[in-house]
Amino acid sequence: MKVFMLGWEFPPFISGGLGTACYGLTKAMDKLGIEVVFVLPKMVESEYATHVKLLSPGSLSPSLSSLRGAEFKKTKFRLIDSPLQPYSTADVYQRQIEETLMHKRMGHSGRVSSSSQFISSGDYAGDMYSEVQRYASVAARLSETEEFDVVHAHDWMTYPAGIEVAKRSGKPLVVHIHSTEFDRSGEHVNQMIYDIEREGMHFANRIIAVSNFTRNIIVERYGVSGDKVEVVHNGVERNGNNQLLSEVGIKKEEKVVLFLGRITMQKGPEYFLHAAKKVLGVMDDVKFVMAGSGDMMHRAVEMAAGLGIGSKVLFTGFLRGEDVNRIYKMADLFVMPSVSEPFGIVPLEALENDVPVIISKQSGVSEVLRHALKVDFWDVDEMANKIIAVLRYPPLGITLRNYGNFEIRKLQWRDSAVRCSRIYEQVTSEAVGV
Amino acid sequence: MASVCFYFQVHQPLRLRHYTVFDNNHQYFDDYKNYGICRKVANKCYLPANRLLLELIRRYDGRFKIAYSITGVLLEQLENYAPEVMSTFDALAETGCVEFLAETYYHSLSFLYSRGEFAEQVRMHSDRVEYLFGQRPRVFRNTELIYNNELASFIESMDCFDGILCEGADHILGSRSPNFVYRPKDCNKLKLLLKNYSLSDDIAFRFSNRNWSQWPLTADKFAGWVNDVNGNGNVVNLFMDYETFGEHQWEDTGIFNFVRHLPEKILQHPDNDFKTPSEVIDSYDALDTIDVPHIVSWADTERDISAWVGNAMQSNAIYELYRIEGQIKETGDRKILEDWRKLQTSDHFYYMCTKYFADGDVHKYFNPYDSPYDSYINFMNILGNIKLRCLRIREGGSPGAGVLTGLV
Repeated sequence: MKVFMLGWEFPPFISGGLGTACYGLTKAMDKLGIEVVFVLPKMVESEYATHVKLLSPGSLSPSLSSLRGAEFKKTKFRLIDSPLQPYSTADVYQRQIEETLMHKRMGHSGRVSSSSQFISSGDYAGDMYSEVQRYASVAARLSETEEFDVVHAHDWMTYPAGIEVAKRSGKPLVVHIHSTEFDRSGEHVNQMIYDIEREGMHFANRIIAVSNFTRNIIVERYGVSGDKVEVVHNGVERNGNNQLLSEVGIKKEEKVVLFLGRITMQKGPEYFLHAAKKVLGVMDDVKFVMAGSGDMMHRAVEMAAGLGIGSKVLFTGFLRGEDVNRIYKMADLFVMPSVSEPFGIVPLEALENDVPVIISKQSGVSEVLRHALKVDFWDVDEMANKIIAVLRYPPLGITLRNYGNFEIRKLQWRDSAVRCSRIYEQVTSEAVGV
Repeated sequence: MASVCFYFQVHQPLRLRHYTVFDNNHQYFDDYKNYGICRKVANKCYLPANRLLLELIRRYDGRFKIAYSITGVLLEQLENYAPEVMSTFDALAETGCVEFLAETYYHSLSFLYSRGEFAEQVRMHSDRVEYLFGQRPRVFRNTELIYNNELASFIESMDCFDGILCEGADHILGSRSPNFVYRPKDCNKLKLLLKNYSLSDDIAFRFSNRNWSQWPLTADKFAGWVNDVNGNGNVVNLFMDYETFGEHQWEDTGIFNFVRHLPEKILQHPDNDFKTPSEVIDSYDALDTIDVPHIVSWADTERDISAWVGNAMQSNAIYELYRIEGQIKETGDRKILEDWRKLQTSDHFYYMCTKYFADGDVHKYFNPYDSPYDSYINFMNILGNIKLRCLRIREGGSPGAGVLTGLV
């Protein structure tokens, strides 16, 4: 079985669960002996925003090049020069592209990649939607140089590419839904994105949803027949390189409650803050750390101040690598108050780092995790009640940690990969039958 | 001679209501839920089973006998929510063929944590049974058949009981049979009755299991197994939850019909009869001494107490509960004492068990919580509130002090 996979850059170079899922799944497939052509968007050179250090010419793609040898044997990476980033919005894209073009004009772009992994693709489109379409046609051209049996596309930005590749090759398409527009934007959906998602789902031979929670949204909101949608839960990557507590060097008089994720509507930052307010009404020696960035960041800062708990809430911005490990070491509790979370890998990472978790019932991960405290995202009283309980009654945290850490060992990417490969077999045999 | 000795455990806890750290009232119990469950179990089990057993006792004219242990917390609920069940128990008591056993009023684990409190609760329960049914219990059974040598010695020293019940676990019996009367180690007078778990569980757990090689279980077949004991034992102790009839085994499994025909089949053999625990104790001498240095119970396959105190949350909750015994009793406040005692019911700790949480089965029965964690949080919040009440009374000059001297 050969797979043409339209995926995303691996962690730690992007935020969010999409890259993590692509990494875990592809690595597990590689181990199963499934051949994957992994196609992803990546800027050839860039001097802007947060990627300054990461994409310096000397380490063109440190994540991929170093990973390839060590971890991937059956996987071939193909990079398409594109500024697309998951979870981006049209505005953010606009800002970034203008910055990039300015840099280019100013002569910062003299270095040309010598890597054969890259496919040069002409100028980037000026708006995100056009770029998605341009990406699709480049991917389709690239696909002509590859052999494969099935196309697998992750989240909406890659669906047009998936459709193009499937049309051109005549191979079946599997779309993998890690989040929908309804998760990201509530009822204020972006029609253009919704249409792209819908078209991808309807064109696809099979849809993989990361949870039953997401499967329901797909069936109810996108008019897709239920028999077409399979649920494949995510796994968790156990890296096992836990460091000594002494490295942190922080004296813990205060308890630390952690929010880690994008600070966007979908993630429910305001519920976290309202719960924090209630907790602080009962106990004082607590700090609430919001690690992440996003379009609600400023509103969250203002809200914390407005609630009168500004000094108790710390905003760290987007964390990666060692900083993430460090923040987990400091945390007594992780809270994921997501309004709508298709899966939610972060709580699994928190448990892997021995941090007990509270997760919203409106999340896919609550389908697979039993040793977690669960609340409705809107029930801030109960959220505060449970936060206080974990901070006040140490045996609660101990029990959650012990069983939770054990429980996540059962959630393996290998099982997700096996499920995907079965789906590949189904769609390829069906395609032959037709 | 094979005497069949039936004893049924009858209990429903007072379930707690959802209680957050922000709550500040003294309403700890979910009256609505407790009412609903009590009515449901009354209709499915207590009423039909009581009526059936009453009918059988009358039909066999004194030859069919049974024993009950009804917890104080259930007696209170039945009086409030299902008085018609109380009248049927009353009618059963009047037949003279029904024995009522003693236990802790609150179905508590107090023996493990406070001997004074334990003795108090046993007395309370015996008083209540005597008041309601006109007989003072002579045989003691501890919550969930939790037992060891120490318990037996303590019960003997109370000087109110002739016998005590225990699980007939293999590891305490060795090669011996549960079908005899024994003497607990270090006791001179007290006799020990051991549950025949194999035959008891055939009814309580396996009756409706279609994968069981003996399914379907008929009264005839079961009587045959009892007959086999003749010559190898004196008594077959069938100890089980009363909810077996109609609740654990639904009516459509044929459980009531099984019971209806059982006395006839058992009594067909001339050497068989039915005896209550006290009659067994009076009829047979102790065959040997049983040494139980470590705690046993009738729970799960482990037959230990890990279902109640097996994880950190459970040990913490129960430790904290008994730690405040002094504070509670010092207040002299009857309501606080009663609330504290109702929190001792073992079910509260059972709900915190994580042993079977992953499999999600056994411990689910009428469990009001989604997870053991929720149950622990709820319990600890309530405990926090009751501590606060004690503190307030202490600081406010304890108005009720001295009133309760007889109780504490």
